[in-house]
Amino acid sequence: MTDVLVRVDDRLVHGQVVVGWGQALGLRHIVLVDDAIQASPWEQDLYRMGVPSAMQIEFVSVADAATGFPRWSADAAHTILLLGSVDTLARLCAVAPVRRVNLGGIHQQPGRHEHLPYVFLTDEEADRLRALDRAGVEISAQDVPTRRAVPIEELLA
Amino acid sequence: MSEPLRGVVVSHAALAQALVEAVARITGHAEGLVPVSNDGCSRDALEQRLADAVGGQPALVFVDLPSGSCLLASAKFARSHPDVAIVAGVNLAMLVDFLYHRDLSVHDAAARAVATGNRSVKALP
Repeated sequence: MTDVLVRVDDRLVHGQVVVGWGQALGLRHIVLVDDAIQASPWEQDLYRMGVPSAMQIEFVSVADAATGFPRWSADAAHTILLLGSVDTLARLCAVAPVRRVNLGGIHQQPGRHEHLPYVFLTDEEADRLRALDRAGVEISAQDVPTRRAVPIEELLA
Repeated sequence: MSEPLRGVVVSHAALAQALVEAVARITGHAEGLVPVSNDGCSRDALEQRLADAVGGQPALVFVDLPSGSCLLASAKFARSHPDVAIVAGVNLAMLVDFLYHRDLSVHDAAARAVATGNRSVKALP
């Protein structure tokens, strides 16, 4: 059985996800895991505008994700969970059996170092990813499906 | 008389820069038009680039696509800035026309840009 893909991308819903991964995976369902957006109907309306009519989008908090995870895993081949930060990822992994993580876009901010042109991490974020890797979560970086997936060991070497 | 509107073009990659350069080639100048790219930006960083480009003036924001990170950042910014409006689906015709109508109110300029942009899309035999 395929593990549901969890993508960390600080732009959340955008072209690479909807078109790039959407086409490659035949996505039918996007689950946006973000406490602030889950509490903001106005922002949800904005994100809905970016999703094709054939695709469903659901907005959940990290706490909600714990109960929803089995349902999304049942349709893992056509579902993607989108998160905006490594912090959200770590909190999700604490409450749900996440097995497969794609780092798709974590951009420059003060205190972050470049690992790839689309992946910048603070030392703390890198340590949190190492901890998840040691716990058995399969993590790689890949912005679009046509590029090579860079394993976490290589990314943080 | 109030200050002329600023036009901010927000796009993926280098499209905004290219559109503003094309306007300058056609009209001889692109005064009042500012390009913003989403290259290398998180949502927050793009919103900051947009705020810098608007510079506290009344502005019409031209976005490349009617969805995605450029529109999201622009819509979020405009929500807290009532003198900023957004037009999605930017094209060269609406930018050239905008340059000569920067004295309109921001909402009249938005309506005019949509009409001009729509009229410029044609299927030819």
